[in-house]
Amino acid sequence: MPNDHTVKSYDQQINLLTRKIIEMGGVVEQQLAAAIDALTNRNMDLAARVIEQDDRVDDLEEEIDTLAIRLFATRQPMAVDLRLIAMAMKVSNDLERIGDYAANIAKAAARLAKVPPLKPLYTIPRMGQIAQEMVKGVLDAYVDRDTQKVLAVWHRDDEVDEMYNSLFRELVTYMLEDPRNISTCIDLLFVAKHLERIGDHTTNIAEKIHYMIHGERINRLPRAASA
Amino acid sequence: MSIRQAQRSGGVEVEAREVEAPERAERLAVPMAEPKGLTQQRTQAAAAPEPRAEPAKPKVEIRNLNFWYGDFQALKDISIPVGERQVTALIGPSGCGKSTFLRCFNRMHDLYPGNRYQGEILLYPDGINLVDRRTDPMLPRLRIGMVFQKPNPFPKSIYENVAAGLRIRGVRRKSLIDDKIELALKQASLWDEVKDRLGTSAYELSGGQQQRLCIARTLAPDPEVLLLDEPTSALDPISTARIEELVDGLREQYTIVIVTHNMQQAARVSQRTAFFHLGRIVEWNDTELIFTNPKESMTQDYITGRFG
Repeated sequence: MPNDHTVKSYDQQINLLTRKIIEMGGVVEQQLAAAIDALTNRNMDLAARVIEQDDRVDDLEEEIDTLAIRLFATRQPMAVDLRLIAMAMKVSNDLERIGDYAANIAKAAARLAKVPPLKPLYTIPRMGQIAQEMVKGVLDAYVDRDTQKVLAVWHRDDEVDEMYNSLFRELVTYMLEDPRNISTCIDLLFVAKHLERIGDHTTNIAEKIHYMIHGERINRLPRAASA
Repeated sequence: MSIRQAQRSGGVEVEAREVEAPERAERLAVPMAEPKGLTQQRTQAAAAPEPRAEPAKPKVEIRNLNFWYGDFQALKDISIPVGERQVTALIGPSGCGKSTFLRCFNRMHDLYPGNRYQGEILLYPDGINLVDRRTDPMLPRLRIGMVFQKPNPFPKSIYENVAAGLRIRGVRRKSLIDDKIELALKQASLWDEVKDRLGTSAYELSGGQQQRLCIARTLAPDPEVLLLDEPTSALDPISTARIEELVDGLREQYTIVIVTHNMQQAARVSQRTAFFHLGRIVEWNDTELIFTNPKESMTQDYITGRFG
């Protein structure tokens, strides 16, 4: 961002806020990676660790809120500062949701590890990979304040949505084939739904970063038309 | 998608969502118990047109205004419209020319030799150029009111302070003056505090009250434009809030230009904001845009506290 503030402590507080967002993003990113790992490799210990991490994410969200509120109260931020601080609060909220979904995936992974595998999983790990790439991309975009990266993430959400829809049909077929598959399929369906929601929250973050950088919303028209 | 469409497509999920939405909208539209002020504000906000889409008709138009204090050029090529019944805020660091600019409106600079204007300040509806040498300096002073940083009541009674402008304009009928004074003091939200002691000296009032008295004095002769030069910088937060509330109310009737060092105040009370630096306007725009997304990096540096 531009020059330094006349008041140095203002810069320090804003930098701290940014660092907390990056830290929170890092934790969530790891959580998601580990949850997918636990799911594909049927690793219950790893799943348990992902679930434990959730408290850390919640704490970070609270720290970010407190910092942002204090900045609003003491600095009356304007323009780029105002956008940065307001968006920090919103981005942390989306990150917290992503962390929650990762924990939910880990819970499903723990349950699925106890039952025989349904079929070799292709779509879910693929979705998980895209979701991970999106989260990584959006965090990079935040750090670099890079509009190109923001837009790249923003456009990828459709991919996740499409995969979710095709997986939905696939799982319904399995359930119809053999009712004993139902509980496993439902767990997998929820995992897919969580990944799809992670994609949505990541897209939200991309929109917020765009607003933070430019003070303008991403034009929603092309996406709304395809929806 | 309408409910009927949702039914046709057979989407159960969609249909449920569609039914819910109007209910929520209704709940919003009929608040249970809300302070009147809030409701009023919201309806006002809803009624107010998108500022960018429909710029207010200019009450004053400044065109290529230059101004010199002797050899020093204090204003350089200022061009900006001042919207009718709008609050225009002037912000900028000390010495940037915003007060100088404000004082051009009522030809205050004429009082010192060597000061020189060039360009136009056109006052509508008649479009008279206020800074034209051929324009009688009394004309802008009769049509434009000004309030200063420090309250400057006359060493007279409260009544006589507010009556002063009317007397100068030759109003003699006591009943008319009484009515005007009551109205002006009410507009300045001072009436309830002073109605029983109009004969006492203005100096017995508190600073905030004195400032509101000065506003009442300015309002009594019905000026077309109200100029406020840092009207709250010498006041405590409560008096400041009352003046801001006042400005908000006066906007319905008057065209207001306010100079302020308090950025939040500019953001709160104005619809347009102009940023001055070294005698030039760096940027002017809708207030909301200036404070959320200014176009010029210099404006951004100033309003975010990164200047210099």
